[in-house]
Amino acid sequence: MNLAIRDIRYHRGRFILTSIGLGLLLGVVMSMGGIYRGLFADALAVIDSTRADIWVVQQNTNGPFAESSRIPEDIKYRIKAVPGVAEASPLSFQTIQIDRSGKPFRFFLIGYDLNGFGGPPEIVAGRGVRQKHYEMVAAKAMKMAIGEKIRLGLHDYTVVGITGKVVSSGGDPAAYVTLADAQDIQFKKDNSAIRNDRERIGENLGAIQALAPAQTKYLKQNIAGITESTHTVNTVVARLAPGANLQEVQERISRWNHFRPISVEEQTKILTKGMIEKARMQLGLFRAILLVISAVIIALIIYTSTLDKIKVIATLKLIGSQNRVIVGMILQQSLLMGVIAYGIGYLLILMTYEKFPRRIVLDAFDLQALFVIVVAICIISSFVGIRKALKVEPAEALGG
Amino acid sequence: MYAIEIEKLTKVYGKGETAVTAIADATFQIKPGELVAILGPSGSGKTTLLTAIGLINEPTHGKVVIDGATVADGGWLPGIDLKRLRREKLGFIFQAHNLIPFLTALENVMIALEINHLSRSEAKSRATELLGALNLGHRLNNFPSALSGGEAQRVAIARALANKPKVILADEPTAALDTENGKNVMILLKKLALENHSAILVVTHDHRMVEGFDRIFHVDDGRITGEKNNSGGSVNHELG
Ligand SMILES: Nc1ncnc2c1ncn2[C@@H]1O[C@H](COP(=O)(O)OP(=O)(O)OP(=O)(O)O)[C@@H](O)[C@H]1O
Ligand SMILES: [Mg+2]
Repeated sequence: MNLAIRDIRYHRGRFILTSIGLGLLLGVVMSMGGIYRGLFADALAVIDSTRADIWVVQQNTNGPFAESSRIPEDIKYRIKAVPGVAEASPLSFQTIQIDRSGKPFRFFLIGYDLNGFGGPPEIVAGRGVRQKHYEMVAAKAMKMAIGEKIRLGLHDYTVVGITGKVVSSGGDPAAYVTLADAQDIQFKKDNSAIRNDRERIGENLGAIQALAPAQTKYLKQNIAGITESTHTVNTVVARLAPGANLQEVQERISRWNHFRPISVEEQTKILTKGMIEKARMQLGLFRAILLVISAVIIALIIYTSTLDKIKVIATLKLIGSQNRVIVGMILQQSLLMGVIAYGIGYLLILMTYEKFPRRIVLDAFDLQALFVIVVAICIISSFVGIRKALKVEPAEALGG
Repeated sequence: MYAIEIEKLTKVYGKGETAVTAIADATFQIKPGELVAILGPSGSGKTTLLTAIGLINEPTHGKVVIDGATVADGGWLPGIDLKRLRREKLGFIFQAHNLIPFLTALENVMIALEINHLSRSEAKSRATELLGALNLGHRLNNFPSALSGGEAQRVAIARALANKPKVILADEPTAALDTENGKNVMILLKKLALENHSAILVVTHDHRMVEGFDRIFHVDDGRITGEKNNSGGSVNHELG
């Protein structure tokens, strides 16, 4: 006869409530693991969807995500010419936060070359960007409708397509526009600023008496052109030809002195080790604390339920029960509670994880490891109850 | 061979100045099938005597022999499996029925059989049969909280009898019952002593309950002060 199940059956209300409570706690532990995995997936989402082998960024920076990096757009031609490089494409990234119907609306704007790569990895509705200007593909999470317009910088952009789950390393959903548009939004000065600049250049040049008027005009046009140029990008990504040697290509680009070619492995490391390491440790610490709390709660529940059963245990000893009957009852109860709570927590997270504001990735290994930990906690926690039970004297069955 | 034999049994609780001698130099033998009562005022040592014989209260001095096996001789003998002796040779009945609250009447009896290595089905049929014989056939699946005092006590009796013990020990089995139910329980115990050939030792306060017992011991202040047999004669012990 299984005494553990019989006792639970009799006190089922209490047992179910306790299991649900513990289940919620374990659900939180699971979601923390999921958030951690989600952080990873988010951090690497752009890298993964770009499928580049090398990220060329400004020298001495860990760009373009961990640090800012600015390089001239036309470097793409030189990179493309490096032996072993099959394709090279410039990209620009910026975080945008605007007001949309009274609420802050944040997203990650990616500008890409329509003739290159690094654009939306998939189109789930509508179409990709086709026109050179003022079209946008938005991630599903932005909850924008096709045809919707949004004002960025000096122009309105129309959403023409929806892409899947691309987010910035900060978890903001991504939107795609052409590189030229992105550069406009990021670098273009407004008209009064341009006017001011031009006047200042004119005045400065006018002050140089030695210049002939034709020279002044020529210089003025050139200088204004440079100050108004938006042909800057954050990175140029490159894909290698089959069989090309990554290190050789990297060495070659490094030799130009102004750029740092970061391999995709290094870029991954920069993002995971640098940017999300603290968040990871924080989540890890939280998980550990919650597990300790679960252990204490299980131990307390088992201990008090053992205290409730002192008379029962004494009676069992009196009628000659073996210790294993009593130990089994306590241990099985503890394990049952842990396993049921785990199941409740799992169901809970399974039903809700898609509704979390940030991505939750449920990893099978994490879940299995947690299961093993919960079982271990149940076994260890039941020791306090078992110790108490083994000390009960059969004579205690006699009292009242 | 006696079912119960005790010799110069003494139990002292505590040490030094606070020591209490609860039972002193008790000696008697009880044959299988004998129905024996222990009478005495509160605090006289009746429960102490019963629990020492019941192998749940270690004697300070003296000998306890159950069904021919010496269990204690100035403390438990080393290597004695008290639990095993309790489940195989002894049955207990208490004032408060001591049923396990989360088991049904049937399961309360079955558990005693199962810990004595009977299979589930054997335990079930034997428990059903026993409870039926005690007029509890209609209460098999009730929890103790749903049983009347008399019914609960009969379930406890069924549990005590389940393993056909050589010795049944009852500590005020009728105290929580009304006179009617109390008498019925005593009648039942007498019947069982005859049928099962078990020695039954019953502690009680109540003189009216001991009618028809084979022998009656009087205990006062830890000493057995008198013994009556059913012939009505009185024997006075002066021990120690
Ligand atoms: N565990 C114990 N520790 C110390 N003293 C005890 C203990 N149990 C009993 N005593 C003492 O031993 C004496 C005999 O107690 P016992 O319980 O055997 O009496 P009793 O005859 O069963 O009384 P009652 O009729 O009230 O049940 C009493 O003085 C009691 O206070
Ligand atoms: Mg007593």
